[in-house]
Amino acid sequence: MNLHEYQGRALFRAAGIPMPDGDVASTPSEAEAIARRVGGTVVVKAQVHAGGRGKAGGVKLAKNAAEAAEAAEKILGMAIKGLVVQRVLVVPAADIASEAYVGLIMDRATQRPVFMVSPAGGIDIEEVAAKTPEKIRRLAVDPRYGLLPHQALQLALFLYQDIAKARAAARIMEQLYQVFTGNGCSLAEINPLVTTPDGRVVALDAKISIDDNELDRRPDLALLRDESAEEPSEVQARRANLTFIKLEGNVGCVVNGAGLAMATMDLVKFYGGEPANFLDIGGSSNPDKVVNALRIITSDANVKAILFNIFGGITRTDDVANGIKTALSQFPVKVPIVVRLTGTNEAEAVKILQGIGMTALSDMDEAVQKVVALVRGAA
Amino acid sequence: MSIFIDKGTRLVVQGITGRDGSFHTRQMLEYGTQVVAGVTPGKGGQLFEGKVPVFNTVEEAVTATGANTSVIYVPPAGAAGAIFEAADAGLGLVVCITEGVPVMDMTRVLPYVRERGARLLGPNCPGLITPGASKVGIIPGNICLPGRVGLVSRSGTLTYEVVNHLTRHKIGQSTCVGIGGDPLNGTSFIDCLRAFQDDPGTELIVMMGEIGGTDEQNAAAFVRDHVTKPVVGFIAGQTAPPGRRMGHAGAIISGSSGTAAEKIAAFEAAKIAVMRRPVDVVELVKARLK
Repeated sequence: MNLHEYQGRALFRAAGIPMPDGDVASTPSEAEAIARRVGGTVVVKAQVHAGGRGKAGGVKLAKNAAEAAEAAEKILGMAIKGLVVQRVLVVPAADIASEAYVGLIMDRATQRPVFMVSPAGGIDIEEVAAKTPEKIRRLAVDPRYGLLPHQALQLALFLYQDIAKARAAARIMEQLYQVFTGNGCSLAEINPLVTTPDGRVVALDAKISIDDNELDRRPDLALLRDESAEEPSEVQARRANLTFIKLEGNVGCVVNGAGLAMATMDLVKFYGGEPANFLDIGGSSNPDKVVNALRIITSDANVKAILFNIFGGITRTDDVANGIKTALSQFPVKVPIVVRLTGTNEAEAVKILQGIGMTALSDMDEAVQKVVALVRGAA
Repeated sequence: MSIFIDKGTRLVVQGITGRDGSFHTRQMLEYGTQVVAGVTPGKGGQLFEGKVPVFNTVEEAVTATGANTSVIYVPPAGAAGAIFEAADAGLGLVVCITEGVPVMDMTRVLPYVRERGARLLGPNCPGLITPGASKVGIIPGNICLPGRVGLVSRSGTLTYEVVNHLTRHKIGQSTCVGIGGDPLNGTSFIDCLRAFQDDPGTELIVMMGEIGGTDEQNAAAFVRDHVTKPVVGFIAGQTAPPGRRMGHAGAIISGSSGTAAEKIAAFEAAKIAVMRRPVDVVELVKARLK
């Protein structure tokens, strides 16, 4: 789960990381009030889960409170990469002497939290890593001992030769590590970490992603989820305990298991179709999940046909068939449905489907070819 | 022959009295797995299905029954604790089926398990099966057939799809291993490739990967340098958009890294025969088996 910058700022500040004053606003007048309180020139920043906010016009400088209101007026309601801006962050514009990058990620290769720091801050770190890898220093932290003081100082000295600045940065790294481990982060990033002309080291941005698996035991973090920033069908799916990702194609897919769901989408593409979604109904499926899945998929006007691909292991295929039967009795499904099922209780499932005038295929390739042909015929 | 489990596997089920634990224990018993003990704190002294003794702790279970392998079906909040306990009890193989274990927990679990010389499979995995000998986890036994193809995969039902194709064409398997879909896990592709390479009962290896991370790329390099047996591979997620978690916590393209195209290229560079569709496994394997 990605946090908004203003939410990340709150976690950083709680850990003691120095950050400029400021607050979040959802109306131009709120933005004006914040600008008046902090005084001077401010930056008004769109709060959306998308990179490249600046390039899209979602970050504006305002010399005074009135200009801040104007900037907020322009940014609020604007769409950045399809996401409508609902809130802006208003912070004092900092005097910047230098910019650096400090990031902490959960690294799959070392299976540890890994720091990445670079004196080349404020820009895309992937680009720095690709073009000038010597400008990045990495450190894998042993989670049993945490970030040791000398490690933090070594990282900081890679950014600053001045010992006072290095000490300040080392302290920020220790605080960042606390934020990371204390909130189950998969990413915690300061880009840029800046020095000011008067010698202070300050975090100007806060980017945090939290491991979704933390949310059950951390209801405080789960509350930070901004459902208004998500695709409505995906919110609906999560509430129904389905894993669903909306895509641009027209073949709706209902599959059990994530790997098979991806392979099914790939096969739709292989035979010349375009998947409308990723959807995993999970292992121990009950008929309700299938009803919810169909409801969500049929609400997408792009969908021209629906493919079920069910390999019954723990999933009982008769549960899925019953789900289809129930759904069709509850609401109209105007697009054709192609069902492939095999495995546990297959014979019962086929009988249930025959009872409502449907047939079931047992071969995945045959089913995908059939659904792609249907979609092409409809186009 | 096989890897990791065989007829000598003596299994303790952690969470045996839970909904999932009891269901799958019945399936494992039916398949012929030697389920020698179960563990549920507070239910020590009971008998599961009238035959499997239940203990309060893994240590008691191991002392009383000589169990050498554990399988974990406890909810995510207790999964890390269950793995710690299994490693402390001296078990050689610990299989964690549980999905949803916080990654931060795994950073502490993984070094602990390794220091005690145990192998962890998973979490968030379907377990493994040596057809005709032993099944530990949730892979349906009826789709498998004893034979000489070793299979390792990051997913569950996609594995069943491929195993089903093989079995229908009378191509049996030595062992099928699901390493799980989480970003941090106990057993990697390379661990399984090494074991299959060393297993005289395995003639060919099928490797089923997906988007996210670099485990497949590392595995491809290992194949190039250390594997003499033929390898057939698949990568799921060619149509997955970047930055989105495709069901599995680990199946995510970060920035420009972890894409299917990158992994397929790594496979091809290592002379791994790449299936374009799951069904292609049949022809590719047939052409390479003696």
